[in-house]
Amino acid sequence: MVPLAHYLLLSATLFMIGVVGVLVRRNAIVVFMSIEIMLNAVNISLIAFDKYMNQHDGQVFSFMVMCVAAAEVSVGLAIIISMFRNKPTVNLDEFNIMKW
Amino acid sequence: MELLIFYPLAGFSLMLALGVVMNKSPIGSALCLIGMMLGLAGIFALQQAHFIAILQVIIYAGAIMVLFMFVIMLLNLKGTDTKWRARERNTLLTVLTTFLALGVLYKVITVIFEFNLDSPAKVPDTFGTAAVIGETLFTDFVLPFEVASILLLAAMVGAVVLAKTKLD
Repeated sequence: MVPLAHYLLLSATLFMIGVVGVLVRRNAIVVFMSIEIMLNAVNISLIAFDKYMNQHDGQVFSFMVMCVAAAEVSVGLAIIISMFRNKPTVNLDEFNIMKW
Repeated sequence: MELLIFYPLAGFSLMLALGVVMNKSPIGSALCLIGMMLGLAGIFALQQAHFIAILQVIIYAGAIMVLFMFVIMLLNLKGTDTKWRARERNTLLTVLTTFLALGVLYKVITVIFEFNLDSPAKVPDTFGTAAVIGETLFTDFVLPFEVASILLLAAMVGAVVLAKTKLD
């Protein structure tokens, strides 16, 4: 029997790794992957609490999270492709046309 | 016994998540991310969420990562991104990130110590099977389910439109 605290700590650590990845990396695709890490970290918490409380709402919610992740990735990668067509790089520091 | 399975899986997932962030090439990051997804599927299976574990393998490690790989190959980033470099230094961002990290860890630790988390509910054998999840999904959550289908349709149309139109 794994205590709930272990799952919560794993989830928080993965989430922080994802946040650091989003803020530190310059490659837009790696930033997207870090967002995926964060979504997965939240799923761990949802399912751990679900098992702890013997409900199914959290599993349904993590299913919804997967739907949103799929939608987000398809649109986001399309945006990256059209950005790349405009300017052949995926370096986020070079995309500042929307910055005041 | 379950801890003996949990610790290797958790360590594997954490290592590969660090690998995603620190890897030099996007392809390496994507491969690390696939490994991390599979490790997390193992963790979900350990929590008896079998259906979500299968979905994790099919949707995340299968579909989403194939999409990532496809785009990385399509963009052909070879040579443009050879060395690992962080973004430009930003003191405000660093301070905010540190606060965020400390805040999340503080909150998790207070939740762990403040509430008594050592009395889990008794879980029946049918917990987490596709039948039970499906029943919940189509009774209590039928409206969110339909909204999710509209979201996926919108995402599909949006992706086609975005990838097709030429920017001026």
